[in-house]
Amino acid sequence: MATKPELLASASSLDELRRFAEAGADAFVIGESRYGVRLPGDFPVEQIAEAVAFAKPRGIRIYAALNNVLDNDTVRTLPGYMKQIVDAGVDAIVFGDPAVLMTARTEAAGVPLHWNAEMTSTNYATAEYWGRRGATRFITARELNMEQVLETKAQSSLEIQVQVHGLTNIYHSKRPLVRNYVDHQSEGAKEQSSQLPGNGVPQGTIEEGLYLMEAERPNERYPIYEDANGTHIMSADDLCMIENLHELMEAGIDSFRIETLLKSAEYNETVIRAYRAAIDAYAADPDGYRFNESWLEAIQALQDPNRELSYGFFYKEQVY
Amino acid sequence: MATKTKPLFTGKRHRLDRPELLAPAGNLEKLKFAVHYGADAVYIGGQHYGLRSNADNFTFEEMKEGVEFADRYGAKVFVATNIYAHNEDLAGLEDYLHGLEKAGIAAIIAADPIIMETAQRVAPKLEVHVSTQQSTMNWQAVQFWKDEGMPRVVLAREASLEEIAEIKANVDVEIEAFIHGAMCSSYSGRCVLSNHFTDRDSNRGGCCQSCRWKYDLYEDDIQVYGMDEDQFTMGSKDLCMLENVPDLIEVGVDSFKIEGRMKSLHYVATVVHAYRRAIDSYMADPDNYELKEEWLHDIQKAANRPLNTGFFYDTPGAEDHIYGPEDKAAPYDFAGVVLSYDESTGLAVIQQRNNFKPGQEVEFFGPNGTAFKQVVGDIADEAGDKLDAARHPLQPIVMRTEQPVQPMDMMRKRIRP
Ligand code: SF4
Repeated sequence: MATKPELLASASSLDELRRFAEAGADAFVIGESRYGVRLPGDFPVEQIAEAVAFAKPRGIRIYAALNNVLDNDTVRTLPGYMKQIVDAGVDAIVFGDPAVLMTARTEAAGVPLHWNAEMTSTNYATAEYWGRRGATRFITARELNMEQVLETKAQSSLEIQVQVHGLTNIYHSKRPLVRNYVDHQSEGAKEQSSQLPGNGVPQGTIEEGLYLMEAERPNERYPIYEDANGTHIMSADDLCMIENLHELMEAGIDSFRIETLLKSAEYNETVIRAYRAAIDAYAADPDGYRFNESWLEAIQALQDPNRELSYGFFYKEQVY
Repeated sequence: MATKTKPLFTGKRHRLDRPELLAPAGNLEKLKFAVHYGADAVYIGGQHYGLRSNADNFTFEEMKEGVEFADRYGAKVFVATNIYAHNEDLAGLEDYLHGLEKAGIAAIIAADPIIMETAQRVAPKLEVHVSTQQSTMNWQAVQFWKDEGMPRVVLAREASLEEIAEIKANVDVEIEAFIHGAMCSSYSGRCVLSNHFTDRDSNRGGCCQSCRWKYDLYEDDIQVYGMDEDQFTMGSKDLCMLENVPDLIEVGVDSFKIEGRMKSLHYVATVVHAYRRAIDSYMADPDNYELKEEWLHDIQKAANRPLNTGFFYDTPGAEDHIYGPEDKAAPYDFAGVVLSYDESTGLAVIQQRNNFKPGQEVEFFGPNGTAFKQVVGDIADEAGDKLDAARHPLQPIVMRTEQPVQPMDMMRKRIRP
């Protein structure tokens, strides 16, 4: 038996969290949009405590998302918030901004810190840098390829977390870009009405399911939404590493992240089940492990036909 | 442009520090002109680790020459080493940082902490400035970098003047802010559009400006606005804080940074010249400071995008983006550089930088007061042969100027009304 990597998901509510736990997720990252970024739902502190109460006896871990780009006002509230989530019993704090690291030294001593700066977490030496300052886990940028991910695991003393499924954020602005665009269209002399039923205008919320298309890439739909943290544009394809998960398991990657954002609960549940099955099969017998086509087929059956399943950047070469 | 005239901070004024004017220099010539036109410091790119992959990037030899030139003006040279490195980029980093130190570079601007830490270890004479690519927005993160030994933090472009004031009140560290030029509309470093669209890594210099492309916005298979309407874009207007120099000085911004290592010589000289005059004039007599229209007009002569004040006063709205056609050509074009001037004859030798010919309206400007318009009269080559037009790049052209000029003064020509 090999040690099992963790299967990490996010959830939009306590109900969903229970459902995904049932499907096989054994860790969750949850939080509030003031401190965390691109969460599928908000968990106020009391609900974080409830999630912990549900998770602990089942051996499931709850991580608090504090990976936003923080402003002065939010930093002022950080010590109080951190104390509360530590009291709630979270198993780790996910951070990107050094202010969180500073505050954790006094308010969350001993709580593991996961460093996640998304697209700027790109090399193991920087992971070690944050490790020397207290981080225990490094979440690799999704733009790295397999070779870079494996080298990072080999070279770093930190736990390594890798996203294996779902969409990824490709652009984050503090500007309300959808509202600005709508304002532009309805301004002044030209006053354009939208082509939506009843001439309604989009607000940019995550529920609206807005997406962007670009003339040269007619088959690619880039989801876009706005929230208190600005505008987020997401990838047109969904990462799916189930066929090649053994490469990552062989290397001993510590945590596999499934991004549940912008997907139905049913879809996410199916995805979690599939990865659970793969992880369990590998752990039971690494040498005899075989990828089972039915795992992928179950995902494909629910996959949005407008969104391709892809290997992301795992097998790509990029130039610069 | 959107003008915000209401003073942000009123009341008793404390002693004001003179800010540094920091200009981009895409090559050695631009470095010399930026310094000559009044930059207190310039930032450049070397052969590696910078976000502008460009044939013009400085070699160590060129850096040395640049540093020597800047020294004569008491100006400093910084090098941008602002990529987020991948594993394979790390080999060679120590040698490179060593080389910068030996070339006399005053500081590096770094985003990746491993580059910062390596510089502190192997090249202790280099100051390390935390790049805007870190998207630092709050005083505690600034405090973190100070504790790590960084004397300066370049703030995120999303920080407002009020937020900057609060950061300055809480942490005693140099604060640098972008005050002019093109802007990422994303948080710096938090955009990988280019990686997705073209397999080019934005955070290692491969950005292909995808935020300025045009997109169609859809909801449920319905295009929200029709084919004939302006398309969606993330593209932002350019930043210009020339009208707000007093606010920036009063909140305590230590370094005013101009964007544009890819911009032309004419652009850099023009923008530096405008801010130099505004800063000097304010520092000389803050109470009676008045913005001069001509500084703004000068900026407009080199601007190729509409301008705004970014996040300094409020969150950008619809009017701060460029829907519809993107760039407009600047109304003036660089025509020549003064090489020498003979007072006895009133003739100047001007190195051609763009075609010009007799009868055209031109304008001379320079850091030591040169500022006049004239119509080009007869022109000749250095042998004295009369020319109907100055057609050859870099050719020395002899012409009469209506007022005395100095070497490194520039001549621009009007290309559209
Ligand atoms: S595409 Fe635009 S926002 Fe993105 S890195 Fe390039 S300039 Fe910045």
